[in-house]
Amino acid sequence: MAELDRTHESHELGMHTEELTGRTQQTFFSAEESHNLVYPWASEVDFSKTAEIDAAPLDQRQVNQEIRRLMSEGYGTITVINPGAKHSLGVGILSRLNLHFEGSLGYFGCGLLDGPNVTVSGRVGWSCAENMMAGQIVIEKNAGSTFGAAIRGGDLICKGDVGSRTGIDQKGGTIIVGGRTGAFSGFMMQRGRMVVLGDAGKNLGDSMYDGTIYVGGKIADLGVDAVEGEMTDLDCHWISRKLGQYGLEAANGVENMTKIVSGKQLWNYDNLEPTEKKLVL
Amino acid sequence: MCGIAGLIHRGKSSDVGSELTAMLQSLKHRGPDSTGFALYGEPRAGEYILRFKVAEQEDMRHGFQIHDQVKERRAEVDRRLDEMGARKVREDDATEYAYRYLISFDGDMKKLADYVEDVEGAEILSIGNALELVKDLGDATAVSDQYGLNTFQGTHAIGHTRMATESDVDIRSAHPYWAYPFNDIAVVHNGQLTNYWGFRRQLEGRGHRFMSNCDSELIAVYIADRMNVGDDLEVAMNRSVDELDGVFTYVVATADKLGMAKDVMAAKPMVLYESDDFVALASEEVAIRSVFPHEIDTYDPYEGEVMVWQS
Repeated sequence: MAELDRTHESHELGMHTEELTGRTQQTFFSAEESHNLVYPWASEVDFSKTAEIDAAPLDQRQVNQEIRRLMSEGYGTITVINPGAKHSLGVGILSRLNLHFEGSLGYFGCGLLDGPNVTVSGRVGWSCAENMMAGQIVIEKNAGSTFGAAIRGGDLICKGDVGSRTGIDQKGGTIIVGGRTGAFSGFMMQRGRMVVLGDAGKNLGDSMYDGTIYVGGKIADLGVDAVEGEMTDLDCHWISRKLGQYGLEAANGVENMTKIVSGKQLWNYDNLEPTEKKLVL
Repeated sequence: MCGIAGLIHRGKSSDVGSELTAMLQSLKHRGPDSTGFALYGEPRAGEYILRFKVAEQEDMRHGFQIHDQVKERRAEVDRRLDEMGARKVREDDATEYAYRYLISFDGDMKKLADYVEDVEGAEILSIGNALELVKDLGDATAVSDQYGLNTFQGTHAIGHTRMATESDVDIRSAHPYWAYPFNDIAVVHNGQLTNYWGFRRQLEGRGHRFMSNCDSELIAVYIADRMNVGDDLEVAMNRSVDELDGVFTYVVATADKLGMAKDVMAAKPMVLYESDDFVALASEEVAIRSVFPHEIDTYDPYEGEVMVWQS
């Protein structure tokens, strides 16, 4: 394996490569700290209390304000009809909520979420779920580029095709793409998992620090420092469970998916001081 | 940032003027400085629509003399058209400084274009059997109302809302760009070309003219140059993806085709809707929704992708 040889080579050169494998992606809280899990301003909602918003006559700010107003009145299940691909809908929701969009969203939909379960019956534009911290978003159709940029947690699912730079700067959580993903997916990924059931475009996992990408289809090519890892039973079990949760299947079986991880050969894994590095190089 | 949009009806004419106006108006937030339309009607055999201007909108606000000057410039254009053997069939004043002529002409189009543009302040916006190119300062509704585009019937159209970044807020820097001196070819672009000057020098060396310092104009001239050496539209576009550096998504139209190309980084947006008889594409889905309010399936073209549709 060329990647392994490079690791040995760097060790022989006196360079240390930090081993991050196995680092947990979760933070555990004790019962005494449970108050830390809830934002003090989060609304207490009742999931059985339902409401509907017609977004057609409203602008994006009015839709978001209406969602907040309904949450403050305890509505826990909100359906937005006629979203009309408007931008920035359903953003900044920091408590539990069932939020359904019947239609498509524009750019920056469902960004900065921490907790809600969201479904979108249509498509989402660029930068959906940016910086999501927790919760679940399920998109039935396609998604634009920078899908799940910098997410820190939660599950982000697109059952169709996704544009470029999926999971750029991903810091945790799970992204699942039912179809194809574009170039530079997993660019500078730091933690978390990405599952792509279709093909992946050029430069997959370019400059990824950590995290794992699983691809069911063809990979156009790998980015800098992205290398193929070994699929384990644990990987297969985890993928099967996650896909089953969302009614998805790997066409050729999860055991035949390709696992991509960081080669950890970039400068940021070098523990030498600059003066020492000069000596080595 | 800029917004671009295009639509094509396969096998029929429709209200492309009002449709494109609605699409571009919904992209106003991407570029409020100027708006441009390239509209394609039924081709006229042996007759051309000449759209040209003899001053910038901004010029008309400065001094009294400019009003006399535009009259003199237009008269000189008329004289030169006549001298070159172009017969004016009909003329319309779109604005005080921009005009639409229907001409009959069977000579060398490049010579005609060069001679007309030699008149001070004159710029040909388009010449075509089917193409009518209109661009001016303001949003889509303002420009459409000013030039009466809402009633335009045709097969396809492309348009642009411009946010000026590296060149001036004026008509010459507004899109679309006509692919001088080729009939019926127009381009709109969102992005930035990083090898603009090198390519511009090459193309100028081969006799092409540039009216602005806007990098988007290069794409129109590049496509024209490639088609001049025998490439068909799709071949020329594929070549552009390899040869043009930078981040770009552009849309190009000819008398009977609509095409889009995206650079290999896919850094500029494009959303696409395609049915059996209609294709619409835009920087944002909200523009497509302005003509298709009901639920539709849309997707993003991928990096390095070139697509061409026939009307």
